[in-house]
Amino acid sequence: MALDRWIALAFIALCCVYGYAAFFTMDDSLPPILRRNPIWPSTFPKILTVAGIIVGMMVLFAPKAVKPAAATADKADGKMDITRLREYQLIPALALVVLMLGYAMALRPLGFLGSTTLFLMLGAMILGERKLYILIPVSALSAWSIWYLVQEVLGIFLRPWPAFMA
Amino acid sequence: MIEGLLLGLAAAVTPFNLMMVVMGCVIGTLIGMLPGLGPMSIIAIMIPIAISIGDPASALILLSGVYYGAIFGGSTSSILLNAPGVAGTVATSFDGYPMARKGMAGKALTIAAVASFAGGTIGTILLMIFAPALSSVALLFHSAEYFALMVVGLSAIAAFAGTGQVGKALMMTILGLMMGTVGEGALSNMPRFTFGIMELQSGFSFITLAMAMFALPEALFLVMNPGRAATGAGGKITNLRISRAEARTIAPVIGRQSIQGFFIGVLPGAGATIASFLGYAVERNLAKGKEQEEFGHGSIKGLAAPESANNAACSGSFVPLLTLGIPGSGTTAILLGALLALSVTPGPRLMIDEPDVFWAVIISMYIGNLVLLMLNLPLIPYIAKILTIPRQYLIPFILFFTLMGSYIGQNNPTELLILVGFGVIAAILRFADYPLAPLLIGFILGTMMEDNFARAMQLYRGFDFIIERPMTLALLVLAAILVVLPSYRARRARLRAAGVADGD
Repeated sequence: MALDRWIALAFIALCCVYGYAAFFTMDDSLPPILRRNPIWPSTFPKILTVAGIIVGMMVLFAPKAVKPAAATADKADGKMDITRLREYQLIPALALVVLMLGYAMALRPLGFLGSTTLFLMLGAMILGERKLYILIPVSALSAWSIWYLVQEVLGIFLRPWPAFMA
Repeated sequence: MIEGLLLGLAAAVTPFNLMMVVMGCVIGTLIGMLPGLGPMSIIAIMIPIAISIGDPASALILLSGVYYGAIFGGSTSSILLNAPGVAGTVATSFDGYPMARKGMAGKALTIAAVASFAGGTIGTILLMIFAPALSSVALLFHSAEYFALMVVGLSAIAAFAGTGQVGKALMMTILGLMMGTVGEGALSNMPRFTFGIMELQSGFSFITLAMAMFALPEALFLVMNPGRAATGAGGKITNLRISRAEARTIAPVIGRQSIQGFFIGVLPGAGATIASFLGYAVERNLAKGKEQEEFGHGSIKGLAAPESANNAACSGSFVPLLTLGIPGSGTTAILLGALLALSVTPGPRLMIDEPDVFWAVIISMYIGNLVLLMLNLPLIPYIAKILTIPRQYLIPFILFFTLMGSYIGQNNPTELLILVGFGVIAAILRFADYPLAPLLIGFILGTMMEDNFARAMQLYRGFDFIIERPMTLALLVLAAILVVLPSYRARRARLRAAGVADGD
């Protein structure tokens, strides 16, 4: 089964969970006076559930589409293509995803300046940069100038130092 | 209209707003040139900055400047590198890149700039004519019609998604609508689908979703596929002049494509990409003999056509946004989100309640086009230097700006975890060839759609509004046709491919 059909299946499962909440659990907390309304908070979600399951089934059981040759050739380069997955460099991409998650968790304990400098440095190192004498000043300087721009020029608060220092 | 123009002039021609136009165009051009960052990502990144400006007119002026600049920047990298930064400029590379390889890069850039300028200006004039007319019609609309109109808009977006994509686009739309229902609804202040998680109480943040859907997957793709960010804009760009004869050849092309592009841009779901491809195809068919053979090998007509069409389409896509409050494309959906954050509600009342915002935007489009022309022609050789930044420095910055977009102003790291999570899901969806713009448009329209639906239901005490209001019924039928027709045609195409006769 192709990836897009797996996604359709997952979508139908999601619709079922969503629909279960809409049809069976949501209305319990509705006060009686609101029950006389023609529309309940669950009305629209119910419609969406039905529509979602129908469309999901359509995609799941759709016969294989005939791809016009011209269209695939046009976009070949600008499109993510699952058949070329093996040619792609997945490891740096995954490493960057992990780095982003780490950055999100480090922002509060390390402060903006520290974590951003580290993020930019490690990001460049994942992509193959090794010249630390360029890397460290560039990332520290950019982290500071972005902080200055946001905090001082635009006036949006950004905590610069680790949580225990300020 | 004259009154409006004067009002707009007064609002737009302040030193601050002029600075915003120039800044928007420069930022848009610079970032739009980078492969992997389209106008949607750039505008999403700029939203926190625009919101912090506070004045809706200035913010919208800045964002539309960025939009124009991004489209223009995208054409620069298409011509010089054959690496379009934006889907709307893919058609530009068909003839622009061959021209650059023949050593006519300067001329190609000039033609692109002039064609963009003409397309943008003609598009803005048409916008000025059609938007007030459409919004006076829209004032007669009732909440039932609004609901139906949104259904039409969403199905049109799915219908234009391309062969074999209609079901997927519909699925993404519904997913977007579902995500829009998470959190406290406007209808009753009951939290829905939060599953007891506090962070979901106020629903998903729109900016986070926009970043996750577009900016993050593009950046990751740039990492995975290094060939896409091919650098090395070598060679000097000289000879920016075009001759009189060339100007005469491309003038009718620009005129036709500006008008055609505008009307394609007005249609929900079509937008700059379709306009540019269609413009290219139409001009190729109109050209005769030798000129037709030149298409694809550096024809100036083939370069001018998509360039004027995509810029005119950008202006066109503002029509449904400003008059109906319904975005027709991912980019205008993001603009709508920004406007709502600035407590401006686009729609037919916009022109009456806040005419200065409306007209200031239109005036700033003229100014923006002019700025792009003046700024870019002499500066292009220098601006193109940005293409030589090594990717190991570029990509961490792109990722960082993506994250910052949803962090600034909220200071909530949980938002970043949601962003990365959705970003990975979006990348998987992209791999499976699911279009993501419908999801975002559905998400944005979801709340509005439910509000209008609820109002109509309450007024008519049930579903009767569908039958009792002929306009609503007609719109809903139109929506059904829009969805069914492409699948019917796909079925016929399949039968034909299988060797079954068509019937007639």
